[in-house]
Order: sequence, then structure tokens, then C-alpha cells
Amino acid sequence: METQVLIIGGGVTGTAVARDLALRGVDCILVEKDDVNAGASGRNHGLLHSGARYVAHDQDAATECRIEGDILKRVASRAIQDTGGYFVAVQGDDEKYVGDFPGFCARAGITARPVDVATARAREPAISDKAIAVYEVPDASVDPFRLSLESMAQARSLGARLMRRTRVVGFEREGREIRAAVVQDGTNGTTQRVHVSQVMNAAGAWAREVAQLAGAPIEMLYSKGTLLVTHGRLARRVINRLRPPGNADILMPGGTVSILGTTSSRVEDLRDIHPTVDEVDLILREATPMLPPLETMRIIRAYAGVRPLVGSPSGSDGRTVSRGFALFDHEADGLSNFATITGGKLTTCRLMAERAADLVCRRLGVTRPCLTASDPIPVSPECEWTEPGRAPRSWMSALHVDDPLICECEMVSGSVLDALYQALRAAGDTPTLTDIGLRSRIGKGACQGAFCAVRAVAHLYQNGDFQGSRGLDEIVDFFRERWGGQHAVLWGQQLAQAELMEALHCGLFGEELR
Amino acid sequence: MNGNRTRLFDVAVIGAGMAGMATSLFAARRDLSCVQVGNGGGILFASGLLDLLGVHPVADRRRWDCPFEALSSLRRDLPDHPLARVGDDALRAAFEAFVSELGAVGLPYAPLDGANHPVLTSIGTVKTTYAVPRSMMAGVEMMRSRPSCLLVDFRGLREFSARQVVAKIGADWPGLHSVRVEFPGFEAVSELYAAHLARAIESAATRDSVAERVRPLLGDATAVGFPAVLGLSRSGEVHERLQQSLGLPVFEIPTMPTSVPGLRLKDAMEAALAAWRVVRHVQAKVTKVSFDDDVATLSLDDVPGGQTIRARSVVLATGRFTGGGLSAGRGHVSERVLDLPVHQPGTRGEWHRRDFLDPAGHPVNRAGLATDGDFRPLSADGRPAWHRLFATGSILAHQDWMREKCGSGLAIGTAWTAVEAISRGLQAPRKAG
Repeated sequence: METQVLIIGGGVTGTAVARDLALRGVDCILVEKDDVNAGASGRNHGLLHSGARYVAHDQDAATECRIEGDILKRVASRAIQDTGGYFVAVQGDDEKYVGDFPGFCARAGITARPVDVATARAREPAISDKAIAVYEVPDASVDPFRLSLESMAQARSLGARLMRRTRVVGFEREGREIRAAVVQDGTNGTTQRVHVSQVMNAAGAWAREVAQLAGAPIEMLYSKGTLLVTHGRLARRVINRLRPPGNADILMPGGTVSILGTTSSRVEDLRDIHPTVDEVDLILREATPMLPPLETMRIIRAYAGVRPLVGSPSGSDGRTVSRGFALFDHEADGLSNFATITGGKLTTCRLMAERAADLVCRRLGVTRPCLTASDPIPVSPECEWTEPGRAPRSWMSALHVDDPLICECEMVSGSVLDALYQALRAAGDTPTLTDIGLRSRIGKGACQGAFCAVRAVAHLYQNGDFQGSRGLDEIVDFFRERWGGQHAVLWGQQLAQAELMEALHCGLFGEELR
Repeated sequence: MNGNRTRLFDVAVIGAGMAGMATSLFAARRDLSCVQVGNGGGILFASGLLDLLGVHPVADRRRWDCPFEALSSLRRDLPDHPLARVGDDALRAAFEAFVSELGAVGLPYAPLDGANHPVLTSIGTVKTTYAVPRSMMAGVEMMRSRPSCLLVDFRGLREFSARQVVAKIGADWPGLHSVRVEFPGFEAVSELYAAHLARAIESAATRDSVAERVRPLLGDATAVGFPAVLGLSRSGEVHERLQQSLGLPVFEIPTMPTSVPGLRLKDAMEAALAAWRVVRHVQAKVTKVSFDDDVATLSLDDVPGGQTIRARSVVLATGRFTGGGLSAGRGHVSERVLDLPVHQPGTRGEWHRRDFLDPAGHPVNRAGLATDGDFRPLSADGRPAWHRLFATGSILAHQDWMREKCGSGLAIGTAWTAVEAISRGLQAPRKAG
């Protein structure tokens, strides 16, 4: 294979680089060892920062967020819900920080309007009666899956190629130049060479490993963050704790649920990242003073991602390391056509991609300007199913006799499965149930797939899409993935739900005996 | 039921799942006056198959053709397991009594032969079970001999694809084929529910129409499998007539709960308890139980202001987390009705394993009530909490019914043994008053 630019990593940054380059007419291949947003890009709050979170300690980052947030609201509007946000201080919080907050916001150009506590509580009843100050800021919610899938879909429509489940295992280097990358197909283990002019390493937390393969060392820290998903939505807006950044400071609206987090702890090993019982309990303990209903709220899931932080260790938890991004041209490492873009945050992914693409284009001699800030991302029908409410609307408006509901929690029907299966298939992939789950709401409701996975697999077998034992293997894979997010939150009703799932899948179907 | 306020029952059973039903039934059969509290919702999740013991040790995934051989192994390895405390004779007698009661109210089971049976499930796996409803038994014979056989599914019944089952096991069963047909009268409906189909097929016209649609598709089939929707209260008749009109053995394949066989079992148990004059408080929850020397008083919340019932013995058959017998906070598992001590792992971090299907099973599933040999739950001091308080079924500690495939055996076996103990105890001389 051959391409102008090989992009490594299919997260929000890598897909944004693909979109940027494709819009400038540059040919590229994106290789992703797992699936789109499988790393931190799919394991975060989904917060489009107004910047207010950063005003006290990093005015540059705050300003950058404000500008990029405004751009994304324009060009990626379907992935964004402009919910607005509150910053809430409760009794006992640092009053000096509260007092300084509006001035800091003003300095970064961020609108922070004071709201009296009674009004704020009328609009957001989950806020504690111990609240002492509330400011309204232009925070918003972003669906990172839709953002990445739509960016990638646009890039593909312009000729870019996506290779999922493909890992870079080596580079062929001649002098200062990488001539080819050796990539391995994760499904069957075969390797092939991709001849390249340029390589952009956008592998997020794995950027250090990839750079090492090219002989270019990077200093990085890994900070693990855990988040919780509530059963039902606790607030309409983003609710931030008005205090210096700490644990469990942000409650995000995420469609039909709320997402609460996060923690921050240094990790050394990127394998086996999972939420722990202690982290779950810490999040609830820290967040409950601002949001008392959390004390009895049902939690349906927890997940953990790893923030790639660039720089050297200073604090113990990584929170004091800059959340800014870094673009390495690796010239000093003796490389002329390899670069790394990492760090940063969801809100600034477009800007990161622009800077990365600028470097690649300079090296290629391409002079076309970046278009990602001005050209809205076009609609791609296969990317709309991550939106809660989209599948139910489609199903209700058609109510076709041949389109049964598969997932009753999130109301996803067979036609959605078929559309996703066919779209993946058309791209040359062998779609799995987990792939379909990532691109839709299947398995994301209270039952966490216990019932809908059975129906989904029956549907796909009936279509002839699955043969042999494959569908059952996929149920097992799907549950393993879902269970990874459940085992730390199993008490109360969710434990009863898990017991029912085990009664069905082990007690009746004996899936553990296979 | 006004008289129930002052009446002194021999046995009060709290819970109406499989264990509560079995306990009430066995008590009534011994001429003990019995009152039961609970709504029977849990039994809806039953598959209709009555497991005795199918797998042991779970970590080895070892399946057994003979449940009694499995039991002797279990008794050696896990002496605290509730089933290790029920004798083979008691289990045989209990299962015979249980299925004969079900047969008497129109839910016939295949004769018990002391062996486990392989049953094909709706997703294409094979379940090991003990007592098989007669409507499913031809499937067991087919599983063993694997002749030419047709599996039928209905478009819109989303949890069962006959094609899936054939894809899954067809390589080992070349004569297995699938067809999909429209269920008569439901051609314009996108989602079919098993219970609706089961009710519809009780009409002769619908049944004949199903047979007409399947008959041309039979080919060289020697038996026909359907999802378990062949009738509710008249399932025996539906099954029989369908076999007659197709001229072949017909069998049902158990489906995902809540399933029709679960509904049948609930209805049949209720009919059996009514026949034995068990007094039932279906809408009530027990809010409090107080004990004096010889009588327990249960407070119920089913009428404004509540009411009480009095009994000389009490059986806790309230199930686990789904049934509501146990409840879990963020750090601790507790027993809901009497706050009895619960045997459990140390912290929530130890409740579950990281892999859902870890063959060793999740430690929290072996949490529950510790008891003496008569299934009397123990208080913190290690002595029975009350001399005539018993616990039966899945609330008991030291078992993992989902992995061991022993849910019904646990319910039926412990109910039998507890009722024997109650009966013995009540024959002892009563105290005055």
C-alpha cells in the first residue's frame, strides 16, 4: 500500500487530522489498532469546555477552549448540545476562589453570569440547598463518537482510508526518513507494508510507544480518570464545582443519562485500565455535597480513560501537568517526516489537527489552507445513531412491520442495525456486535445489553450475517466489554439487574460453559 | 379472610418464588395449615426446566449426566452447600411430589428417570437439566439421536431465530433445518410477544392455521421444534393437537424470560396452592416479624393500617437481590425482612470478578444466610435466630445456583427438608397457651 500521510490513531485527534488533510487534498490512511475512539477519546465527559474550568491557573488554555468551543459549535453542530453550564460553590468551598472566578473569566473573554441560588435550584433541582454561589457559562455537551465518526466519514468521502484493528508494529527508516510502516491486521495477524511520505503519530496515550518504534523518545505521563453514568439524567446543564480542579467536579448531561467524574491518578501501564470500587466511591463521596440526589441515584456504569500528558512528573496525580497539547516534529531525533501530536483535550482537537496538518503540509510542500474551522462537517447518515433519541424517532415515524425494536431500553430497531452493518461492510470491514454498539445506543440502557444482545444476534443470524458460533462469541465479547464498566458499580438495583443477566446468560443459556 | 387475623397457622411462608411455592406446597401436603405472603413475580423468570444439579465444580465447568453422582461429589467438596444437606431420597421424593402436583393441575412433566437431560436453548446452546416439561421432551430425544428435524420460528418473535440455532449446532446435526413463518393473525405486527402468541394458539383455528403453514415445509423432518409459545393453561392440549395435525413429535424450545413456561409454572403453582387451601396474601409485603416463645406475628402492609398474621413457624423464601430477599448497599449485603446476619465477602471489591464469565463465578453469589442442618438461619451468636424460623431456596449461603444449574433443586430440596423439620417440631408437645 502507499499513501502520502499515514495517521496513527483513530481518536478525536487522528480523525480530525484525517479530515483536515483530506480537505486540503492530501491522500491519507488512518490506522487504528482497535476502533474509532477506543481510547481516551471515547472515555471522557463529553464536555465542550467554555474554558471557565481553566481560568484560575491557565488563561491561555481557557482562551483556547473558548475560541475552539465556538468553532466546533458552528462546524460540528450535530455532535453538540448547547446545554450551557453552571459553576456551583457550596458551603465550605474556598471563598477566595469563588470571589476571583468572575474576574478571571472576564480576562479570558468568557461570559460568566451570576445566577442567584434560588433561581439556579429552580432550574436545576439536583443542586444542593447548601449552594452559596452559581455562575452561568457557555459550556456544552459533545458526543465524541459522533464527532470522530462524522470527521472520518467526511475524510473518507474525500478519499481518505480507515483501517480499523490495524496496529503499527514497525517502521522502515532510511537515514532521516521513514519510508514505510509495517502494519498488522489484528483479526488475522497478517502484516503488510504501507509506503509513506509522512507519518503523523496521533496515538494518544500510546504515542510514546509509537514514537519509540520510530526511534524518537517522548516524555509522557499517564493520568487515569474514572467516570460514572447515572440511570436517568440528573441535570439539563453541565454542573461544575466552583473550586480548584479536583475529583468529581463535573456532572455532564449525556442524552438520557448524566456523566459524573472524574478522578485523576498516575498510572504507568496502559494495559488493563479499569474503574475500581474505590474510585467509584470517591467520586460519589466528593460530588454528593454539590448534588445530594447522587447519594441514592442508581449508577449503571463506570468507565476509565487515560489522559496522555506531555511533560515530566511534578505532582503526584498528574493534575498539575499542563493539559495543553504538544506537537513534536522530531527533527532533533533525526527524523524529517515523522511527527507526534498528543496531549490536549477534546475541546481543542480541531486546533491540534490543524497544527499537525500544517506541519505535514509544510513538509509535503502543500500550500492549501486549513478549512476545518470554516467548512461545517456534512451529514453522514450512518453516523447519527449514537444520538439518544435519534433511533426512537426514526422507528416511531416509520413503524414498519419488518422493523422490530431490538434494544427496548434505548429503542433501537433492526433497521438501524442493518444500516450500521451495511455501512461497515461497505467499507470492507467485518462488523461485530461491539462495533455496532459503539456506533449506536444498543446496550447502553439499564439492562446493559442483557436482553438486546440476544435479540441483536438473532437478527443478524436471521439476515445471514453471522454463521457458525460467531454470534455467540460476539455476545460473550459484548458482555465482557459491558461488564468491564459494571463490576465496580454493582449494588442496589444495578446488582439485581446484573443478577438477572447472569441468571439468563449463565443459568439458562450456560454461556460460561462454552 | 377475616378469620385469618385470629387464626394460628402452622406455617407462614414469606416469598412466592420457586422456593416459597415449593415450601407452601409441601407444607400443605403434610396437612400443615399454611399462609403465604408474596406476589410470585420471581417465578416468571423460570424457564420451566427444573434443574437439580448440573455443574460441579463450576471452575472446572464439569457437567454431569447424573445429578446424584454430581451430588456426592458436591457433598465431598462443599459440605456447607445447602444441597449437601439434603439427602438423595429426600430430593427424589421432593421432585416426584413437585412434578406430580404440577401434572395434577395440567402442567405435565416427563417421567423422572434419575438422569440429567440435554435441552436445546433458543440461542443454540445446550442446557443440562433434570425435570423436563412434557412439551419439551421430544427435543431431548432429538438432541440425543439427531435425526432430520425442523425448527420453526415466527417473524417478529425477536429473541428466537431458528436459523441461528441451526447455524450454531448444524455442523454436528446435519439433518437440522430452519424455517420462518408468519404467526396467523399477527402478520401486521412488528414485535410479537411470546405470551400473546401462547394465548392466540389456544384457539383451534389459529393452531390449525399454524399447522397448515408448517406442513408444506416439513420435508423429511421426523420432529418439529417451536419456540415455547404453545399455549398457556391449555398447553397440554395445544401440544397434543399440534402433534396430531403435523403427524410428528413436536417440542418446545425454552426462550428468554419472561417466558411462557415461566407463566405456566406461576399459574400452575397458584392452582396447586389453591387446591391445597394455602391462604395467600399476594399484594402484601411483610413489614415486621415478632417472635414470642411459640408464635410468630407477621405484620403485613396490604390493607390500610396493615394487618397481622400469626404462625407457629416461619419460612423465609424471599430470594436474593432480584427477588428482594437480600439487598446490597455500597459496602454491605443485608437481609431485608429480619436483618439476619448475611455470610458475605469482605468488601464490595471482592463481590464480583473482573470477567463476567469467569468460570470460578462471582463470590457475591455465594453470599446469603448461613443455617443449621434443618435450614434454620443463624443469628450472630451462631445459634438459630428462632427455633422455628427456616430459610429455603436461593437466599441460602454457600451455593451458586446460576453456575451450578441447581436453582430448582435448591428450592425444592431445601423446602422439602425444612418442611420435614417443621413437621417434626410441631408434633413436639406444645407449650400451654
